[in-house]
Amino acid sequence: MSEAILQVEDLHIWFDLDEGELHAVQGVSFELEPGERMGLVGESGCGKTTTILAVMGLLPANASVAGRVLFNGEDILEEGENTVAPHRWKDIAMVFQGAMNAFNPVKRIGDQIAEPMELHGTARGRQAKGRVGDLLELVGIPGSRADRYPHEFSGGMRQRAAIAMALACGPKILLADEPTTALDVMVQAQILELLVGLTEELGLALVFVTHDLPVVAQTCGRAAVMYAGRIAEEGATADLYHDARHPYTRLLFAATPDLHGKEKIISIPGSPPRLDRVITGCPFQPRCDRAFAPCPTVTPRTVSVAERHVAACHLNEVPAERLGEAGATGAR
Amino acid sequence: MTMEAVPPPGGTVAAPVHSNQSRRGALRRLLAGDRQALVGTVVLALFVAVAVAAPVLSPYSPTAKVGDVYGRPSPAHWLGLDDGGIDMLTLLIWGARVSLLVGFAASLMAMLIGGTVGILSGYMGGKTDTVLMRVTDYFLVIPDVPLMIVVAAIWGQSLFNIVVIIAVIYWTSTARLIRSQVKSVREQVYVKRARSLGASNARLIIKHVLPQVTPLLVANTVLTVATAIFAETYIAFLGLGDPSQVSWGKLIQNSLTGGAIFSDAWWAIVPPGICVTLVILACTMVGQSMEDAMNPRLKVGHLSVHRFRLRSFPREPGGV
Amino acid sequence: MSSQPPLLVVENLVTHYRLGRGFLGTITRKPESSVHALDGVSFTVHSGELLALVGESGCGKTTTAQTIVRMIEPNSGRILFKGKDITRLSAGEMRPLRREIQLVYQDPYESLDPRFRVRDTIEEPLAIHGVDVAGDGRQQILSALERAGLTPPELYIDRYPHELSGGQRQRVAIAASLVLNPALLVADEPVSMLDVSVRAGILDLLAGLRRSGLGILMITHDLSTAAHYADRIAVMYLGRIVELGPAVDVVRNPQHPYTRALISVVPSRDPLARARPQLLEGETPNPTDIPPGCRFAPRCPMVEERCRSVDPELRPVGEAHEAACILVGAPSPS
Repeated sequence: MSEAILQVEDLHIWFDLDEGELHAVQGVSFELEPGERMGLVGESGCGKTTTILAVMGLLPANASVAGRVLFNGEDILEEGENTVAPHRWKDIAMVFQGAMNAFNPVKRIGDQIAEPMELHGTARGRQAKGRVGDLLELVGIPGSRADRYPHEFSGGMRQRAAIAMALACGPKILLADEPTTALDVMVQAQILELLVGLTEELGLALVFVTHDLPVVAQTCGRAAVMYAGRIAEEGATADLYHDARHPYTRLLFAATPDLHGKEKIISIPGSPPRLDRVITGCPFQPRCDRAFAPCPTVTPRTVSVAERHVAACHLNEVPAERLGEAGATGAR
Repeated sequence: MTMEAVPPPGGTVAAPVHSNQSRRGALRRLLAGDRQALVGTVVLALFVAVAVAAPVLSPYSPTAKVGDVYGRPSPAHWLGLDDGGIDMLTLLIWGARVSLLVGFAASLMAMLIGGTVGILSGYMGGKTDTVLMRVTDYFLVIPDVPLMIVVAAIWGQSLFNIVVIIAVIYWTSTARLIRSQVKSVREQVYVKRARSLGASNARLIIKHVLPQVTPLLVANTVLTVATAIFAETYIAFLGLGDPSQVSWGKLIQNSLTGGAIFSDAWWAIVPPGICVTLVILACTMVGQSMEDAMNPRLKVGHLSVHRFRLRSFPREPGGV
Repeated sequence: MSSQPPLLVVENLVTHYRLGRGFLGTITRKPESSVHALDGVSFTVHSGELLALVGESGCGKTTTAQTIVRMIEPNSGRILFKGKDITRLSAGEMRPLRREIQLVYQDPYESLDPRFRVRDTIEEPLAIHGVDVAGDGRQQILSALERAGLTPPELYIDRYPHELSGGQRQRVAIAASLVLNPALLVADEPVSMLDVSVRAGILDLLAGLRRSGLGILMITHDLSTAAHYADRIAVMYLGRIVELGPAVDVVRNPQHPYTRALISVVPSRDPLARARPQLLEGETPNPTDIPPGCRFAPRCPMVEERCRSVDPELRPVGEAHEAACILVGAPSPS
């Protein structure tokens, strides 16, 4: 437990908007061990991207943050920018959403990959160039292509280049925000294979943020499912699928078509709650198919349901024999 | 670590505004909250009111000689008298009429010409677009003063001619702006869909393009009013204006030819200039605010990173 | 399946885009290249059936949809709707047909005019085609909304798009397509921009329309969605259909090497599922440089020498199941 390279403790993030304050992240906690691949899964608006932006200290001026983010035991948010900046890119790096389209079209790929090295002072000049060549080979791009421009690369190769850029300063943690969402399924498979290979080869820890459950199911050993700014359930991906302890997790899987599955695919009625108002009780309760007495008024606690498996749902706090009654009152 | 009190839960906060909605309520919100726009509107309204009420407001007749040449300001004549012994304040009030009338008329005409060209050019594309854009370029490079001299010489110096000239010179920027807006609206999926349903071009333009383009057109017109008033002023100042009409520019010209400087008659030179400046400023403030409301992307505040704040949050024990 | 003549027949559609050579290219007489978006596509859609057109980017599936509704003119080939050749009809002749063939777009946030209320959006197709809106029209709008699953419809008709969720907007777009009682619906990635939890609702809606006799052509890059909702699947690669057959067969028993590879790399939602992904080398090549012979040969794991000289046609590999590969299935009658 204490070997965790990254620990997020009770993270809260608010955004100050014209129309009021948005409580985008509401008490998120998780741990990541070195070399581990963890998925952060959820639908739009659940707060997953905001969470990892906070870990990088890249929140805008209208954001306020509470909670702790520990890198190797040290709270990097303690003094805001001052304590985050030294770790940015050198210890924790990020592949942003749409990074493959965010390259400067008039600079060579090699120069752009070298840029973080020069900015963070890890390498310069010829040494940086050499390292660029190594990084490109690492991500599966021939080193000779460092002199080409972004438009000469295909989508998949640009995504590889974006990953190379994230690895430029040798981080121990890689945060990837929807790295394969805009890619074709074959290229996606190649990039996933690359990411898995990198984590194993370099001992890199990976946080994989996405709405795509199957991708997380196949690449990550653990995952956290987010809903309305909170973690609904977290555990081994196999457990999340085969032994879901939060109705949202179960329903989310049930709403995801599987190539060979035969079950009917469902949709979840309703929409997520607004985060600019205080939510009473469980945020998922209005859409839940197993809501019962305490759900609308009592906020569920995050409880441990098995080894390294937690869920925030009242159903886990009701003794097994009473579950039958509980289900009868609330279930539809 | 900065300590901030947790704000009370907002029970009646409006939903996060989608960009389309913000354009719709732009005018309302703008006049309600935007101080710049408010000030500009008030000033403009004041001038318009004065111009409209000129016959009632002016203390004297604009043609009656009521004192000496360049009479000093006095309780009877707040702004003194001009080189013809006529009350300056009266002239200023009546001058507002001409200047504002020309300004609004010219910019309205410019809006009609520019808007039509912009819509046709942006919507039709292809050869029509190319031809219209070349025509626009042609008008863009016409030098204004020589044109006015020529028109004055050939067709005479009348108010109508002045309005037409100003419109002819200034419609081009409107055309360009509207053209690019129309081009982007045309590519919207809902327009393509309506077209694939078999909607006629007329229908698409009237029902889909025009409503999107009108707010921008209005904002641009307000800005054009400022330009038009300034144009009228310098046209009159150069002596190319309508000699029978008193406008602020004419007043400035009079003061020049009448030697006001040598007579130390600041009241004949300064007030018209101030009026022109105020009106132009007011128009610019209103027009700019309107344009800013249409284009929230123009704001660059979001480009600042790394300045999130820290706050403490009381940890609640367990549930409730 | 229906024994009526097919609703839509597409025969050997070819659509090429000519690429500009630029100023320098014209001077130096660079050879002209064109994008072979569609290089001979043929398939049918029957009433009451959902055909999924599946493929990666650049395969031509979107171009196919646009060509069918005549937003793009094909270079050659035929499109037959209800038995009538509509390939070369003029705009005026196409107009009545535009009631019968409707397009559902991918982006629910862009496909509705933000200034139109729901009622105006659904009214528009009626107004364009001269249906009286005042009288019977209102009833048609309400029933279109009901058919699209927005009940009670009175709750929605006066709303603006920004007041609706993504799923609701897509339903409004579908209602606007249904109000003219079309026979064929072409849905281009109808759920790819929606959250996972609302997709099934929209897809069930589309699939359910089959019961009223509608034929649906669904373009999607998501094989899993196609597997669940389509009656038949057509897999496209570089402007050709490489495999065509009942959805169950194409997914369980893919015959074309490309389909096989594609199916193998689609991730399963079950973390414990045994995956044996067959990754192909590189990425889909440019549709401007189609090699001679089989266009999949450069990447095919089963490639043989003769593949590079023979351009395969679709040939039977099972019951109503075809694949364009000379290494599988029955040899074509010579």
